Amino acid sequence: MIGAMLSEAWQAMHANRMRTFLTMLGMVIGVGAVIMMLAIGQGVQQKVAASIASMGSNLFIILSGSTTSGGARMGSGAVPTLTVSDAQALEELPGIAAVAPAQPGTAQLVYGPNNWSTQVYGTTPSYLTVRDWTMASGANFTDSDVRSATRVALLGQTVVQNLFGSEDPIGKTIRIKNSPYVVLGVLGAKGQSLDGRDQDDTVIVPVTTAQRKLFGSQFAGSVRFIMAQAVSADAMPAAEKAMNELLRQRHHIRNGEDDDFSVRNLTAMANTAAETTQVLSLMLGAIASISLLVGGIGIMNIMLVSVTERTREIGIRMAIGACGRDVLLQFLLEAIIISIIGCFIGVLLGIGGALVVEKVTGLGVVVTVMSIVLAFSVAAAVGIFFGWYPARKASRLKPIDALRFQ
Amino acid sequence: MSETAATAVMPVIRIEHLYKEYLTGAGAVPVLHELDVTVMPGEFVAIMGPSGSGKSTFMNILGCLDVATRGSYWLNGRDVNQQSSDELAHLRNQVIGFVFQGFNLLPRASLEDNVALPLIYRGVKRAERLARAYEMLEKVGLGQYRYSRPNQISGGQQQRVAIARALVNQPKLILADEPTGNLDTHTSQEIMALFTELNQRDGITVVLVTHEADIAGYAQRLVRLTDGNIVYDGPVEHAAEHLESTA
Ligand SMILES: Nc1ncnc2c1ncn2[C@@H]1O[C@H](COP(=O)(O)OP(=O)(O)O)[C@@H](O)[C@H]1O
Ligand SMILES: [Mg+2]
Repeated sequence: MIGAMLSEAWQAMHANRMRTFLTMLGMVIGVGAVIMMLAIGQGVQQKVAASIASMGSNLFIILSGSTTSGGARMGSGAVPTLTVSDAQALEELPGIAAVAPAQPGTAQLVYGPNNWSTQVYGTTPSYLTVRDWTMASGANFTDSDVRSATRVALLGQTVVQNLFGSEDPIGKTIRIKNSPYVVLGVLGAKGQSLDGRDQDDTVIVPVTTAQRKLFGSQFAGSVRFIMAQAVSADAMPAAEKAMNELLRQRHHIRNGEDDDFSVRNLTAMANTAAETTQVLSLMLGAIASISLLVGGIGIMNIMLVSVTERTREIGIRMAIGACGRDVLLQFLLEAIIISIIGCFIGVLLGIGGALVVEKVTGLGVVVTVMSIVLAFSVAAAVGIFFGWYPARKASRLKPIDALRFQ
Repeated sequence: MSETAATAVMPVIRIEHLYKEYLTGAGAVPVLHELDVTVMPGEFVAIMGPSGSGKSTFMNILGCLDVATRGSYWLNGRDVNQQSSDELAHLRNQVIGFVFQGFNLLPRASLEDNVALPLIYRGVKRAERLARAYEMLEKVGLGQYRYSRPNQISGGQQQRVAIARALVNQPKLILADEPTGNLDTHTSQEIMALFTELNQRDGITVVLVTHEADIAGYAQRLVRLTDGNIVYDGPVEHAAEHLESTA
C-alpha cells in the first residue's frame, strides 16, 4: 500500500517536474540557509571560545590611570599609577594565584637582514602562568633576570617566523631598538585574541629591562597594567573586592575619591562576548528559519493548486474505492517527499555554501550533525504541517462533487 | 460465507421511496420522485429517459457517489444510509464497478496501472495487482496494450479498459452511465456484447443508462424515467412504445 502510494506520488511529481522543482527550491533554499547560517554561527562561536581559552582563565586586568587632574578625567592607562610593588602586594591576597605587571610598548626588532615591528611586553616570569601560556622551545627568563634587568627575550611564533624563518632562534641575539637581546625561548602558538589581534605577534622581556632600558617609565617602577589570576572562578568576586581595597589603601585614596586604577574581570567580559556571539548565531539561525517557513508556505500553495487541478482524479479514485484516508495519505506523501528531497539537497547546498564562505572569508565554519538533524526534522515537520491542509481538503471532497468538477 | 436460501434471493438493489432534490440558487429542485426499484442478481437493466430526466442522478446514488435526500437504499442487503464514508468507499471498491460515459481513466498511468488502481485500495500486493490487471485486460481483448497510455488508444478501447477496471475486484454489480455515449455504432455494439457476456456468462448484474433503443435492446428489463418518475418498468420485449431513442 505505502509502496504503491509512494510510486504514485513519484509519478505525480514527475508529471509536473517544473512545478515540483520550483516547490522544492523553496525548501532547498530554506534548509540551505539554515545549515549555512548555523555553520557560520558555530564557527564564530568556536573561534570565540578558542580566543577565550587562549586568554587564560579566571583573569583580571588592573589598568592604571583614570585619575582626575585639574578637573579633567584621564582615560584608563593614560597615567601610569600602578607599580611592580603593587603587583607583588596583590599576589599576597588570598584567592589570587598569580600576578604579572606589564609595561608594553612598540619596538623595531632586527635580526640579520630582517626587521619587524611589534608589541614588546616588559613583565615577570609569572606572566606565562597568568596567561596559561606554554613555551614551544627554550626556557622562560627568571626572577634574577628581572632583578638585574638583563637583555633577554621570549619571542612569539609570528615574530620568529618574520625574523628567523626556519632558523632556530634559541640562543641567537636580536636587536630591539638597536640593543642586543638574547632569545631565551619561543612561546607556544595562541592564535587570535577576542578583539582579533594576533597574540603570537609579541615579544616578552623582563619588566625592569623594559622600564629602564627599552621604554623608560614615568616614575620608578611604574607599569601600565597588571594581570592577575584568581585561584578559581568562585573566588573571583571576593578577589576583585580585596584587590580594590588593597590598591585604594596603597594609593592613599580617601573615601569618596575616585580610584586611580580600574580592576576588570576579563573572564566575565569574555563570557559576555561568548554569550553575545551565541545569541547572534541563534539569530542567524532564526532568520534563516523564516526562509524555511516561506518554503513551507510555498509547498502549501502548490499543493492547494495541485488538489484543485486534480479534483477530477480524486473523484475517479474515490469512485473506484479510495477512502478519505487514502486520498489524504497520497497528498501528504507528496508534500513530505518534496520537503525531504528538498531538505536533502538543501543540506548539501548549505554545507557547500559554508565551505565557500570558509574559503572566501577565512572564517572557520562548523557543520554539526545537530544542525543537519534539526534542519531535517524541521523540513519534515514543515512538509507535514503545510501538506496537511490541502491533503485534508482533498480527502473531504464528496465523490460526486469531485467527479463533476471541470 | 454461508449462502442460505434467504441470501440467495436477496436483491442486489432495493430502493424504496427514493427522493432527491438539488439545492440551487432558485431553491430546492426535485429531480427524483419517490422511486421504488428492486434489481435481483443476474438481471440486465437498461434505464432510458429524456435528457434531464434524472438518469445520471439516479445512477450516482446507486453507485454510492451521491446520497438521496430521502428514502431507503439497500445495496446487496446493506442499508447504504447507515454506512460511514469509509464503508461506502469499501462498497464502491468491492461490490460496484462503475463505468462512465467519459471513461475517466487516469491519463498519466499505463492501462495496466489504471486497471490495477482499485486493487491498491484493497491492499493487494503489487505482483498480484499487475497479474490481475493483465488478466482483465486480456478479458477485454487489450492485453497487448498493457503498457500504453489512455491517449494512445481509441475511445472504444478506452471504454474497454474502464470496464476491465470495473471488473478487477469481481463486483456483483456493474453500473454504466451512457457507456456508449461517446462511441460510434460499431464500437457500441462491441461494448454491449461485452456487457452481455459479463451478464450471461459471469452472472454479473448490469444496470446501464442509454439514449438509444438498440442499446437498450441488449437488456432484459427496461426502466423508463420521465421527469424523475418511473413511467415504465418491465421486460424489454413488451416495451415497444417506450423504446424510442431519446438522443
Ligand atoms: N449538481 C446539480 N445541481 C443542480 N441541479 C442538477 C445537478 N445535477 C443535475 N441537476 C439537474 O437535475 C436534473 C437531472 O439531471 P441528470 O440526472 O444529469 O439527468 P440525465 O442524466 O437524465 O440527463 C437536470 O434538470 C439537471 O439540470
Ligand atoms: Mg446523464
